[in-house]
Amino acid sequence: MTAGRRMELVCPAGTPATLRAAVAAGADAVYCGFSDDTNARNFPGLNFSPQEMAEGVRFAHDHGSKVLVAINTFARAGDTDPWRKAADTAVACGADAVIAADIAVLDHMAQNHPKTRLHLSVQAAAATPEAIGFYTEAFAVRRVVLPRVLSVQEIAALNRAIAVETEAFVFGGLCVMMEGRCHLSSYATGRSPNLNGVCSPPEAVSYEEAGDATTARLSGFTIDRYEPGSPAGYPTLCKGQFKAGGKTGYLFEDPVSLNAGTMIIALKEAGITALKIEGRQRGKGYVSEVVRAFRRAVDAAEQGRDPVEIEGILASLSEGGRQTTGAYRKTWR
Amino acid sequence: MSIALTLGPTFFHWPPDRLRDFYYRISDEAPVERVHVGEVVCGKRMPFSDPVWPEVIERLERGGKEVVLSTLAMPTLPRERRAVEEFCADGHLVEINDVTALPARAGAPFVAGPFLNVYNEATAQFLIRRGASTICPPVELPLATIGAIAAACPDTEFEVFAFGRLPLALSGRCYHARLHGLHKDSCQFTCEQDPDGLVVETLDDQAFLAMNGVQTLSAQVQAVLFSPADLDAQRIRRLRLSPHTCDMVAVARTYRALLAGDLAPVEALARLSDLDLPGALVDGYARGAAGSQPVALA
Repeated sequence: MTAGRRMELVCPAGTPATLRAAVAAGADAVYCGFSDDTNARNFPGLNFSPQEMAEGVRFAHDHGSKVLVAINTFARAGDTDPWRKAADTAVACGADAVIAADIAVLDHMAQNHPKTRLHLSVQAAAATPEAIGFYTEAFAVRRVVLPRVLSVQEIAALNRAIAVETEAFVFGGLCVMMEGRCHLSSYATGRSPNLNGVCSPPEAVSYEEAGDATTARLSGFTIDRYEPGSPAGYPTLCKGQFKAGGKTGYLFEDPVSLNAGTMIIALKEAGITALKIEGRQRGKGYVSEVVRAFRRAVDAAEQGRDPVEIEGILASLSEGGRQTTGAYRKTWR
Repeated sequence: MSIALTLGPTFFHWPPDRLRDFYYRISDEAPVERVHVGEVVCGKRMPFSDPVWPEVIERLERGGKEVVLSTLAMPTLPRERRAVEEFCADGHLVEINDVTALPARAGAPFVAGPFLNVYNEATAQFLIRRGASTICPPVELPLATIGAIAAACPDTEFEVFAFGRLPLALSGRCYHARLHGLHKDSCQFTCEQDPDGLVVETLDDQAFLAMNGVQTLSAQVQAVLFSPADLDAQRIRRLRLSPHTCDMVAVARTYRALLAGDLAPVEALARLSDLDLPGALVDGYARGAAGSQPVALA
C-alpha cells in the first residue's frame, strides 16, 4: 500500500520518437520492448534495438522520466536464451525496471539482476493475494500490473492484502479475456500473444466486399461484417460478431476500448501506485495527445480537483471509437 | 515406456446426479489410470458439486483409479481462494491451475494443469523444484515443443491434452449470463443448459467456439491420435481425455487400444468419429499449426 503518494503515469512507446514524445508530454515512465518476440507487441517496424534502448533510457533520465522494459512473452522451449539476453541487455541499458510474465524470465532476473526492479506483467494474470505473494516471495517482484478483469472494489481489497505496488490500465486496448491465458488467436491463426507476442495478427486478416457489406475474416473465420457507410474495424477475435443460442451480436465484448479516466480518483483511493496507458503500436501523435491529457487529469486528481473537471480534460479523447470503463465499475458482475 | 490415460476435470456445469452417474460408470468401466475431480471453471458451481465428490472419490479409489483434486483456474472471491487452499492441504494429489495454489501446496507433489503457463524447460524446472510431478502444458503448445521441455525434465511426467473441446480462454465476465441478459452475480446458472458448452458460430454459420460460463472453448473437439511410438519419441507419459456427454468409456477404450497398438490412428479416428461428438475433430495444435486445423494423420 502506498496511498497518499503521487500516482505514476506509465506510457507506451513503440519507437524512439514516441518515447521522446511521451516524455515531453509528461510521462513519469515509458515502457517499451526490443524488436523481437520477447515482447507482447511484436509488430513489424516497431520496438527498439539495444542501442536505441540505451539512448532512450538516457533521454528519459535526462528529462526526469523512467524507462520500463517489457520482456513479457513466454520464452521458447529449447531456445530460452533470447529472453535471458533481452533481460541482460535491458539491465545494461540502464532500464529502471523489467516487466516480465514468464517464470523463466522472472527467475533469471531474480538470480542475476537482483538490483533491477522487477514488475509483474499483466500477462502473468496475478489477481489474488496468494498469487502476488508467490511472485514477491520467489522473485522479489516490486510491482504488479493488474489484470483488466478486476473491479475497483476488488482492487482496493487486494491492495489491503498485499505489500507491493500495483499498476492499473486506464486507457487503450482492452482484453476481455484473462491476459496471458487466452489461446483464441492461435486457435484460429496459429499465432498468439503467449507464443508470438501477437493477437489476431495482421497477416491472417482479410477483407471481402460482397453485395454491399464488407466482411472481415481471420484465417477464414468471419469475425465481423460492416454495412455500407460504416467503417470496417480491425477483426480482433474477442470483439467480433457471432451467433449463439439464437442470438447474434458481440457475444464476448463490443468493439470498444478502455477509458477509465473517470476512475482515476477511485483508483488512487483503491491504493493504485501507477496508471498505465496501453498502445505501443500507436503513433507518436496519438501517444502525445493521450499522455498530455492524462498528465493534466492525473495532476488534477492529485490536487483533489473535481471529478467533473477531470472528465472534461479527457473528453477530447473520446472522439471516434466507443469506450468503456471495463471491469472497474463492477458491471461485469 | 507405457503411456497412461488420465480423465481430466469436467469443465461443464453438470447437475449432481449426472456427475455421480458419470464418475460411477468411469470407475466401473473406463480403462483410465487417473481421474481428476473438482470444479475448475466457476466457483459459483461448487456448492452444487462439492457434496458429490466424497462418494465419487471413494468409488473411484475402490475401482483402482488414482484420484486428483483439480483446483479453480481463476479463484477470485475469498470463498474460492479458501477452497483452493483446502484442496491443497488435502492428502490427495492436487492439480494446480492458478499460481494462487502454489504457496498453499508448499512443496508437496502436484499436477501442473493446462491453465498454468509452462512454455519452456526453465519454467518447468522451477515448478518441479516446487513439487510438480506431472505437467500438462497449455493446449496451444505443439507436441514437439512439449517433447523439448520433457527432454530437459527426465524425471517428470508430461501429459498432452488429447481429447475434448479445447479450453482456450477465461474471463472475468460470464458469457452465458451476458447472452441471457443477466448479471454474473445473478446468473441463474444458465450454463447448466449446455452440458458440452454452447456452440458459437460465425456470421457465416461456421462452428467456431463454445461458451461455458466464464470459459471459452473450441467448438471443435481435439483428438490427438499419434502412434504410441510418436508419443514416446516426445517423451509423453500421459494422455488427457476431457469429459463430454458422449460415451467417454468408448473414448477411453479407443485411446487404450491405440496406445496398446491394437488400433491404428486411422482406425481410432474412425471410432471416435462414430460417437455423438459436439464438434468435428481437430489436432492442429499438436502439429504446430492453428488449433482449429482438422485431424491430419501422418
